[in-house]
Amino acid sequence: MSTPTTHSHGTMGKLMMGFAMSIILTIIPFGIVMGDPAMSSNMKIGIIMGLGAIQIIVHLVYFLHLDTKGEGGWTMAATMLAIVILVIVMAGSLWVMHNMNENMMPMPNDMKALMDAQGGEAMPLDMDNMEHGGTEETGH
Amino acid sequence: MTMIDTPLTGRVEGPAGPSHPADHAHGHDHGHHDSPTPLGFWIYLMSDCIIFGTLFATYAVLGYNYAGGPSPKDLFEPGFVLIETALLLISSVTFGVAMLRAEAGKLDGTSLWLIITAIFGAGFIAMELYEFRHLIHIGAGPDRSGFLSAFFTLVGTHGLHVTSGLIWLITLSVQLRIHGLTEANMRRLGTLSMFWHFLDLVWIGVFSFVYLVRLI
Repeated sequence: MSTPTTHSHGTMGKLMMGFAMSIILTIIPFGIVMGDPAMSSNMKIGIIMGLGAIQIIVHLVYFLHLDTKGEGGWTMAATMLAIVILVIVMAGSLWVMHNMNENMMPMPNDMKALMDAQGGEAMPLDMDNMEHGGTEETGH
Repeated sequence: MTMIDTPLTGRVEGPAGPSHPADHAHGHDHGHHDSPTPLGFWIYLMSDCIIFGTLFATYAVLGYNYAGGPSPKDLFEPGFVLIETALLLISSVTFGVAMLRAEAGKLDGTSLWLIITAIFGAGFIAMELYEFRHLIHIGAGPDRSGFLSAFFTLVGTHGLHVTSGLIWLITLSVQLRIHGLTEANMRRLGTLSMFWHFLDLVWIGVFSFVYLVRLI
C-alpha cells in the first residue's frame, strides 16, 4: 500500500530500538537524582544534560525519522536553521542577563523592603539604614 | 523559461540533491512528494521549537529568583516526574505502533492503538493538572516568584500543546471511523504523529532542565 503523504516510514524494530534507548536514557538521569551517587554536582548536571541531548537525538532519529534525505533534505535544513536560532536565543539570553547582573551597581537584595523602611521615599540616602536593610534580607 | 519547482508545484530538489525512488527498496517512502503538508508541518514544529526555546531561556534566567519563596527542592518530586515522563514516552511509542498499523492498512488496529495513546496522554495531563493545582493550593502559584512564573509558563505551554494534541487525536479517531484510512486521513495521522513525538521530545528538555538539574 502506498502512503506517499505520511512522514513516518518506520518499522516495529526501529520503534522498539528507540523505546529501549529512551528508557535507558531516562532511567539514568532519574537514578542520579533519586539514588544520590557520590559524585560532584557539576558532574551530575553534566551527565543529566548530556543524556538529555542524546535522548533528543534518539527521538529525532527513531521516532521522528529525521534524516538527510526526507523531503529532498529540506526537513534537515529546517531543523538546522531551528537549532542555530535556538542556540543564539538561549546562549544569547543567558549571556546578556549574566553580563547585566555582573555590571549592576551593588544594591541591597530587597529594594522593596528597603523602601518600606525608608517610609516610601524614592532614594535611600542614609547608609546605615541601607546596610541594615541589606543584611536583614540576605538570610539565605 | 524553466518552471521553478516548489513544494506547491511539484517535486523540489533540496540540499541533498534529487532523490531516486528506484534506488530504494521502499521507493514509496522517498519517491512521492505530492503533498507539501509534511514539510510545512515540520517547519511549523521548528517554529514551535523556537517558542519553547525562548521559554527555556526565560526559565534559565528567572529560575533562581525565588523572592523568598519556595525553591525547586521544596516543590519537585522526582518520582512524580518519572511517572509523568513514563506516561508520555509510552504514549509516543503507542502512537508509533498506531502509525505502523495504519501503514499496514489495518483500521481497527490503528483505532485501538490511538485510543491507548489517548489514555496515556490523558494520564499525563491529569498528573500535570494535579501538580499545578497542588502548587497553587500551597501558595506556590505562578504569582509567587519569578522562578514559579517561568516554571508555570514553560510547563503550562507544553501541557496546552499536549491537550491540543489529545483533542486532535480524538477528532481524528472519529474521522478514521467515518472515512477510513483515506489519503487525507493518512496525511493527518502523519502530521499528528510528528506533533505527538515532538511534544515528547520537548518533555525531555523539561524533565532534564526544569526538574532534575534543579534537584541536584
